[in-house]
Amino acid sequence: MPGWDEGTKEITRRFAAHGYLAVCPNLYWREAPGASPDDAAATVRALGGVPDDRLVGDVEGALRHLRSLPLANGKVATIGYCSGGRQSFLSACRLQLDAAVDCYGAFVVHAPPQGAPASIGPVAHLAADLSCPLLGLFGADDQFPTPDEVAELEKILTERGKEFEFHMYEGAGHAFFNTQRDSFRAPAANEGWERIWDFFGRHLAG
Amino acid sequence: MCTYDTTGLRIRGSGKGAEGWFALTDASVYFDHPVHAPDAHTLNIDLMNPGRGPGYRVAAELDPDSARALAEAILATLARLPGAEPAAV
Repeated sequence: MPGWDEGTKEITRRFAAHGYLAVCPNLYWREAPGASPDDAAATVRALGGVPDDRLVGDVEGALRHLRSLPLANGKVATIGYCSGGRQSFLSACRLQLDAAVDCYGAFVVHAPPQGAPASIGPVAHLAADLSCPLLGLFGADDQFPTPDEVAELEKILTERGKEFEFHMYEGAGHAFFNTQRDSFRAPAANEGWERIWDFFGRHLAG
Repeated sequence: MCTYDTTGLRIRGSGKGAEGWFALTDASVYFDHPVHAPDAHTLNIDLMNPGRGPGYRVAAELDPDSARALAEAILATLARLPGAEPAAV
């Protein structure tokens, strides 16, 4: 739930540096307008998090904005990490996208532990509505999701005839893309980024 | 991962934040990704006054051992108060 923080903004700028139109919506602006990202995240956490319907609405608004830009070719995608991975998958099932990337999204298949807000539930039951090819990047040492849970998601998507491409990285756990934590794993992150550029290059080209 | 597991409670007291001292009304306790600590997960404590805005927050991120030691120190200190019940540590 880090929200609109420095790391997430850096990722957004990375896409811009690679020639993409990119936007990272501030999902917490309603509860904490103008607040620092960590204060905003703490406020929203205390209030129970962001409901899925609202998240989808905000993503849809961001996509409409991107499509409206003069340089846009009309193709759009989502990418998310951790809670954002689940949100990226959810958005791809609820909205019409051209591609989506799920980086170690937890609670896509399995429910969160007791104590989580009721608004956070599994979303794999929406897989039949997945609107686009899905790239999934996961760590073999991750506990949320575990490799078994990822395999379950693969089975669900296969049974529904969905196009997807999953990669599981040995020696990497959760948050292996995060350069600000000791969970960062350069080999997995570097190859993961190469997979992302290749995937988006194939599916978002004009 | 983002754990979402958050315990919220009402509290009474004062805290010192970026803007100085202010009255505390609420607290959140959760084990989740930190903002500043380099760990994957920490025991995070937010002491807040939501009525005054998101910036009225005193935040701490502790490794589990430190959090337990702090909890024990809190209970032990309270147990030494005159007339206090023995601490459940």
